[in-house]
Amino acid sequence: MTTEVPAAPGSKTPTGLWPMLKGLLVRMGITGRWAVILPPALWMTIFLLIPLAVVFKISFSEAVVARPPYLPLLTFGDDGSVQLTLHLSNYLFLGQDTLYIAAYLNSIKIAFISTVLALLVGYPIAYFIARSPDRWRNILLMLIILPFWSSFLLRVYAWIGFLKNNGVINNALQAIGLPQITMLYTDFGVYVGIVYTYLPFMILPLYTNLVKLDDALLEASADLGARPFRTFLSVTLPLSMPGIIAGSMLVFIPAIGEYVIPTLLGSPSTLMIGRVLWDEFFANRDWPLAASVAIAMLVVVVGPLMLLQNVQNAVVERK
Amino acid sequence: MKRGPLIPIIATLGFVFLYAPIISLIVFSFNESKLVTVWGGFSTKWYGQLFADPQVLNAGLLSLRVAATSATIALILGTLCGVALTRFRRFRGKTLLAGLVSAPLVMPDVITGLSLLLLFVAMESIIGWPAGRSELTIILAHSTFCMSYVTVVVRSRLADLDLSLEEAAQDLGATPARVFFDITLPIIAPALVSGWLLSFTLSLDDLVIASFVSGPGSNTLPMVIFSKIKLGVSPDVNALASVIIGIVALGVIIATLLQLRRPKSARA
Repeated sequence: MTTEVPAAPGSKTPTGLWPMLKGLLVRMGITGRWAVILPPALWMTIFLLIPLAVVFKISFSEAVVARPPYLPLLTFGDDGSVQLTLHLSNYLFLGQDTLYIAAYLNSIKIAFISTVLALLVGYPIAYFIARSPDRWRNILLMLIILPFWSSFLLRVYAWIGFLKNNGVINNALQAIGLPQITMLYTDFGVYVGIVYTYLPFMILPLYTNLVKLDDALLEASADLGARPFRTFLSVTLPLSMPGIIAGSMLVFIPAIGEYVIPTLLGSPSTLMIGRVLWDEFFANRDWPLAASVAIAMLVVVVGPLMLLQNVQNAVVERK
Repeated sequence: MKRGPLIPIIATLGFVFLYAPIISLIVFSFNESKLVTVWGGFSTKWYGQLFADPQVLNAGLLSLRVAATSATIALILGTLCGVALTRFRRFRGKTLLAGLVSAPLVMPDVITGLSLLLLFVAMESIIGWPAGRSELTIILAHSTFCMSYVTVVVRSRLADLDLSLEEAAQDLGATPARVFFDITLPIIAPALVSGWLLSFTLSLDDLVIASFVSGPGSNTLPMVIFSKIKLGVSPDVNALASVIIGIVALGVIIATLLQLRRPKSARA
């Protein structure tokens, strides 16, 4: 028992490491809200906000063969003058060289088609699970999530053995006397890879939505003479729109910046912006150009998505 | 409502689509032949080769260390951030913090990786820290993007939480810190566990960000696997994949069974 510290009535004497630490923090005056706000705020400022500012700065620089391989923007003259040199050449180059515009457009195209395919594959599965008996649902859901916990890279790798010219699918085709199809190192391979790895992200929001669907609505529609397909089009589909939007966003957003899948399953000419940035950085060592590709990607692709999210949040909060 | 056979058939095909590549991967890891897709008899020699490869083992240990450390840092920062964003009514910069913390969720990995590398290079030339890139820079990078995921998990749990318990403790004279540690923390503990596990998995899985911010000699497991499979399929990668999938499957199955055995009312 300590006698120096007057204990509040009814409070126990702190023993053990954790209560001691707690007491120490309280005595140091770190109880305010800022003790909670500052650590994550400072961390995010240092490791997210400032890095983006650095990327922005370097995107106006010029590549040189040096360490680090770019020139400073600010140069100090002998007479104490400060000179600021902004090179817009990187951005002009992005606009002029059709490779970059083609890569941006192609990323959006591939991400969009993959999202539609994932929706077509994911919707029936989500619907099936949501309409299954209670005791089956958890097991089926676990089967959907299970591959997600295993390595992303290895799931992509698994498809190489499947799609190869002498791979599992082509061997099977040959065995039944059909001609081989080139699937690996094509755009088709990229679609399969994206749909496969991001399918759980499509199915889970759809399931969460479809499981809430009231059976009475479906019965009412059937009683009024609608055939099952009609009921699906005019009842189930409109009601599951929030799930469709959420799932599509979760597939579309990561697919746009994808690097691994086009590199491993696509052809060398499958242009995607994440891959262009990677090559510019690692193969060409042009850091300023890679930085301007990143900034353009943020402005063109990520910016609108974040705005959309903010608008959505604002709408939800107002309700 | 009458149900046609169409939906179950498509769903079954869907599950085949999900599992066929993984099963074939595991089957061919026991293949005697070096040709991955032609069966040449049963063998476990690729497993022997795998466990004798120091490069793979060191990379595996490095990845586990990085994942455990990053997940713990992300858990602490993400919990603080989640509390600040849900429990504090208004403070300067709240919108900015909310925006910043959700940015890594939509930002492509190549941008996160590039920006952090450029930061580390700039910091090194200005203040001399971090000296070179290593395990430390990977941990800093992984903690940052994992923190966003923990924040999402903690925020949604706190938003569902009944405020009256915390208010009751406050009315009885508990300090905010006391309320948090004695009331809030025990209730959101399951969310914290899943936040940590999610961070751990995401860190173990990351190839792109680690490739940017790692230095010579600190290759994570995904980096080693990636350099192997860029050269084409190789049976020892199949063996490694089977080991990883086995461990993960066991973990998830045990976790699910434990959850199923718990009474419904106690579920988080």
